[in-house]
Amino acid sequence: MKVSCEALRKVEEICKKFNNDPGELITILHECQNSLGYIPEDVQRVIARCLGIPAQKVYGVVTFYSFFSMVPKGKYPVSVCLGTACYVRGGDKVLEEFKRVLGIEVGETTPDGKFSLDCLRCVGACGLAPVATIGEKVYGRLNPSDIKKIVSEFDS
Amino acid sequence: MENMITLTIDNRAVSVPKGTTVLDAAASIGINIPALCHMDLKGTCVKNAPASCRICVVEIEGRRNLAPSCATMVTEGMIVRTNSARVVRARKTVAELILSDHPNDCLTCPKCNDCELQKLVTRFNIRRMTYKGEQSTRKKEETVAIVRNMDKCILCRRCETVCNQVQTVGVLGAVRRGFETTIAPTFDRMFKDTDCSYCGQCVAVCPTGALMERDNTDRLLDDLCNPDKIVIAQPAPAVRVALGEEFGMEPGTIVTGKLATSLRYLGFDHVFDTDFAADLTIMEEGAEILHRLKAFLGGDKSVKLPIMTSCCPAWVNFYEHNYPDLLEYPSSAKSPAQMFGAIAKTYWAQKMGIPREKLVVVSIMPCLAKKFECEREEFSVDGNPDVDYSISTRELARLIKRSNIDFKSLPDSDFDSPLGESSGAGAIFGATGGVMEAALRTVYEVYTGKTLPRLEFTDVRGLDGIKEATIDLAGFPLKVCVAHTLGNARILMDKLRAGELDYHVVEVMACPGGCIGGAGQPYHHGNVEVLKARARAIYREDEGKPIRKSHENPDIQKLYREFLGEPLGERSEKLLHTKYFNKAK
Repeated sequence: MKVSCEALRKVEEICKKFNNDPGELITILHECQNSLGYIPEDVQRVIARCLGIPAQKVYGVVTFYSFFSMVPKGKYPVSVCLGTACYVRGGDKVLEEFKRVLGIEVGETTPDGKFSLDCLRCVGACGLAPVATIGEKVYGRLNPSDIKKIVSEFDS
Repeated sequence: MENMITLTIDNRAVSVPKGTTVLDAAASIGINIPALCHMDLKGTCVKNAPASCRICVVEIEGRRNLAPSCATMVTEGMIVRTNSARVVRARKTVAELILSDHPNDCLTCPKCNDCELQKLVTRFNIRRMTYKGEQSTRKKEETVAIVRNMDKCILCRRCETVCNQVQTVGVLGAVRRGFETTIAPTFDRMFKDTDCSYCGQCVAVCPTGALMERDNTDRLLDDLCNPDKIVIAQPAPAVRVALGEEFGMEPGTIVTGKLATSLRYLGFDHVFDTDFAADLTIMEEGAEILHRLKAFLGGDKSVKLPIMTSCCPAWVNFYEHNYPDLLEYPSSAKSPAQMFGAIAKTYWAQKMGIPREKLVVVSIMPCLAKKFECEREEFSVDGNPDVDYSISTRELARLIKRSNIDFKSLPDSDFDSPLGESSGAGAIFGATGGVMEAALRTVYEVYTGKTLPRLEFTDVRGLDGIKEATIDLAGFPLKVCVAHTLGNARILMDKLRAGELDYHVVEVMACPGGCIGGAGQPYHHGNVEVLKARARAIYREDEGKPIRKSHENPDIQKLYREFLGEPLGERSEKLLHTKYFNKAK
């Protein structure tokens, strides 16, 4: 996948905004993730060049944090919580149902670019376990049988 | 004294300077705390102290948790126990957990008997696999020089530290997290698709079999047994001061004579010496130094100074990848090993009437990047390489053992003529500063026409990362600089790029200490004294030579008379010089 020159210029601007400071790497990656929806290799190379650090270092950070993605996220990113509280209340079954309904595995995006699926550890809403988020919206006390309906709300 | 701290370790009092670690304080009184991720080549910039493995934990009175001794500084009155039941138990458990996802195929592991994890398992008396964890199945990679099997990685981060902090190559580092964590080249690429210099220092420090050299010993055995091949050997200067360690000899033992004999016993048809080619390198590089210097003194503003040495193949890779704008600065002289190959397959082969395709030139090197260098297209004629392949000091030792040769009891013998005669100047190539010193011995005498009053240029010797000296060349102050490790080289190259590098000649070697600390040498296991002993041996070797200047080597003089003509002459340029390529990624 080729990143547009415009997007790469945008990345350079973001780096410049943080004075090309290697200490701001994570903040810069957050902005790039939000702005482009993903942080592919070409973008990481630009960041490395701007900050004067090896591309390996950038890649290490991108692969460490689950928030950063090297493939484009869907328009509606789905995150299923598998933290302890959610897990014991059936978070894994919720995740399985999302996989089945969307037809994708964790870390993938639907071919129409609409949904992507990830799992995470705790969104701080353990009282609502099991929890999933779609975009900014939080869904609590989920039952696998709810999933199809929730997804269809975004489908229209 | 104010800056001394007194503490008690295992009921023994010890005083050490402030800022000493508990690990080092214990070592100073002969208490050898086991450590795994820790490595400190004192006096060089090679240091890894992430305190991540927890093998070196000790009990400190008044502290609830066990403390990693490698990262805990001594304090006044501290009471440390390194061998209490609690410590011994914890240490053993840590090792057992490391083993739980380790392949444990020690019998066939190439690192067997040199593995630091294996040694700890023996030392801790672990006699069964207590925990059986999930096993990883990661991508393996075999390059011409380095073999990578990250299933054996224990995440000590030593390779990451040398690749990033010491060499500033920045290729190896941790990726992903949790059980998925692994050390990988940039974007999980193969080494060949990265800026890897093949210096191999990651291999030199790896405690396990995760990073190893590519083994060419089977290939060599096949060639040695093949009656249709003429196989000739050229061992590098640094090999003869380290090989003995593989056979239990003291570091710094000079085994030049035994080395020649062992190669003969292995079945090499002719046993020559890279030291000879080192003298040849000085003739060519020295002539180039003088050529550029005279042009500069004659007012030529376009002349590229400083001229930089080009013997070290990892250094060549480093500047081709990182400084493609400065490729005119390094000398165009090939490395001694490649000069040897070029001369052996022309001058000598013609003399002997051996067709090129029948001749196999094998270099025995302290180096892994040399394996890569052999594969460079520009060092071959119609697909036939000048040096067919290279084996490391360690590989040679394995081959000697495998061939039932009792190395320690071997008689001494000399190298064969005519590519085996060398001067002391050729011998010192193996230590940082050695090429510079050898070049100065010749450049001084050729330039001034006078005999050097003192051959030793001690300012360029030793383990300092960057060394400088000014030499009086008949009134002209020749400013020289010597760097070892690629991190120090980067400091110089960045200055050069900024127009702030004020020297005439610069020597660079990629490995700490120069070739004596090369990645193909017997493992130093973090003991810098081993490197120092090898360096001392190199200079002893020089002192013991009747001829100590390259231009006085009679066989070199004969080679120019009979074949090459003169340094930088037409034939020399064709056979002994090369060019560099922009390999920026």
